[in-house]
Amino acid sequence: MAQVSGIADEQTSTPLSSSNTILLRISRFNPEHDDSSQFMEFTVPYERWTTVLEAILDVKKHFDHSVAVRYSCRQATCGSCGMMINGKPRLACFTKISELNSNVVTVEPMNNFPIIRDLAVKFERLFDTHQKIKPYLIRDDSELVSDEREFLQSPEEVEQYIQFANCIKCGLCNSACPTMATDSSFVGPQALAQAYRYVADSRDKGKDSRLKIIDDSHGIWRCHFAGSCSQVCPKGVDPAMGIQLLRGYLLGFRS
Amino acid sequence: MTQDEHKEGIKGMVNPGRYGIERVAYWLMRLSGLGLLAYFIGHIYETSNILRGQVGWTEFLELTQTTEGHAILAIVIAMCVFHTVNGIRVMLGHGGIGVGKPARPDYPYDPASQNYRHKIGIYSAIVLAAVAMMYGLAVMFGE
Repeated sequence: MAQVSGIADEQTSTPLSSSNTILLRISRFNPEHDDSSQFMEFTVPYERWTTVLEAILDVKKHFDHSVAVRYSCRQATCGSCGMMINGKPRLACFTKISELNSNVVTVEPMNNFPIIRDLAVKFERLFDTHQKIKPYLIRDDSELVSDEREFLQSPEEVEQYIQFANCIKCGLCNSACPTMATDSSFVGPQALAQAYRYVADSRDKGKDSRLKIIDDSHGIWRCHFAGSCSQVCPKGVDPAMGIQLLRGYLLGFRS
Repeated sequence: MTQDEHKEGIKGMVNPGRYGIERVAYWLMRLSGLGLLAYFIGHIYETSNILRGQVGWTEFLELTQTTEGHAILAIVIAMCVFHTVNGIRVMLGHGGIGVGKPARPDYPYDPASQNYRHKIGIYSAIVLAAVAMMYGLAVMFGE
């Protein structure tokens, strides 16, 4: 305990002062040493504007600096701090404690991602499936050689895909997906939504090759339209819509 | 599925309400599908008793004329109606019908695919299943 106080003295620049407190339960698990995860509990002060990430960083600063958490931008742009907060995948930097309406906040690593340690998870599979669907414009010519002009698009053509270009690859959709929960080979809502993003782009000519990739038993046909991916997306991407529109191409409803 | 993957697994089916009525519909669709599959297998077994002749057939049929048999049949009616109505909703959605149009999202980012049309479809499936079950119970147990 003396050691913990020393850390607090050394690193504290802002005092812990607030009349409101919550019980923050943090899942601790190190795959190298532990057989199962355990919860550590901390009483943390908060204000109306305090985010879950700030509460976790308070714990690191004042109580236990060994809590492993990944974060960067603190403004829902980098997609690093996804975790299960009170049983639902959310960005810790984008979730205010006051909006949870609970005196107990439980944070766990995202489901359906291998755990590195505590709240940090591996993203390799998400990035692999993202790359698998060829997340770039496919066409024979390029903007650089065709008379030095950019490819023109009307505002209506941009509207077709711009929503899906907001994806920050935080992985919340893959964590909420019920198919991802049981199927290790499923390509996942993140990659499927990105496949639609490029298929719907009027500049892209790679529709057939992408549809061939996702037309697989563990591809788009494993989506059952539960819609949980869209419920948890912090950027309004709505992967469920993209996946169903994408499936419309394969079923012949769209061309 | 290995521990390393940290999959939520079947326990992800628990507490579907945290993801809204759409996830509840997904859960009910799974349960009713499995229930109807079990009924289908039982039904094949039941009708195969006709090979035992009229006496064997009548004996087995009497099993469905009990209170438990009627209750099971009422549940089958509910599962059948829900699975059919919700199945039509899901099939239309799978074709991209009624899932909204892509547009620049505005905060708080309510997903267009989870729109009122689909919610009405889900609640309709639940209500119709309940009504059909009650009608079945009324017919089987008599006035």
